[in-house]
Amino acid sequence: MSLLIDLETRGNVLCVRLEGELDHHTAMALRKQVDAALQEQQLIHILVNLEKLTFMDSSGLGVILGRYKYVHTLGGEMVVCSISPQIKRLFEMSGLFKIVRLELNENDALLALGVAS
Amino acid sequence: MKNRMELSFTAFSQNEAFARVAVGAFVAQLDPTMDELTEIKTVVSEAVTNAVIHGYHEDPEGMIFVEAELDLEHEIVQLTIKDNGVGIHNIEEARQPLYTSKPELERSGMGFTIMENFMDKVEIYSEPMEGTTVTLVKQLSKQRAYAN
Repeated sequence: MSLLIDLETRGNVLCVRLEGELDHHTAMALRKQVDAALQEQQLIHILVNLEKLTFMDSSGLGVILGRYKYVHTLGGEMVVCSISPQIKRLFEMSGLFKIVRLELNENDALLALGVAS
Repeated sequence: MKNRMELSFTAFSQNEAFARVAVGAFVAQLDPTMDELTEIKTVVSEAVTNAVIHGYHEDPEGMIFVEAELDLEHEIVQLTIKDNGVGIHNIEEARQPLYTSKPELERSGMGFTIMENFMDKVEIYSEPMEGTTVTLVKQLSKQRAYAN
């Protein structure tokens, strides 16, 4: 019932792979870990892989939007991939796809961010 | 015939998951579709999170009350999420998509919008310094494939 956060650096991209449930409780840890990794390694792009995310609510939208705003100020981009239909509905409802790019899988997402996979 | 249950718990953020899983397990006896179950768990999460963050400003001593009532004959789910927190000063403003009173906490402002999209009826009753009660009603679809 919690969230597993897997972080990996590829070029100047922070790959964030989420497994489990992203809500207000787990969003706080996600924000802390992602911001620390971005700052320590001076990365400007974020890839968010949601393949194994089984639940998300508006708190998840908030933390993703917050990370987008942060990398945007650095001139970076955010790409989301492997999204389930249920979670895609929330993104569509909030208009998040107007600013966050969606790709089918992690390979496509890395290519979109200019990293050869 | 109606089947009812009540939960009460302190406003720890860990209990957001507990509340949605417990309500989901109770509603499962009406045999909802996977989408309907996800929608119900999501709205419980939204309303309980609102109580934790906005009602009690994350003070874990506050109590949150969740009631679920299943109309077994008509397959209607009614949920009530209540807190005795600070209340909502302007309900119309709170219902607006993307509105949040706490932008510094990176809230998306989508909580009530999601509740309105996923449920058939959303009623909010709030008194400043007394608390907030959110009532959510959903008619389950009749289009399920029955095993018999």
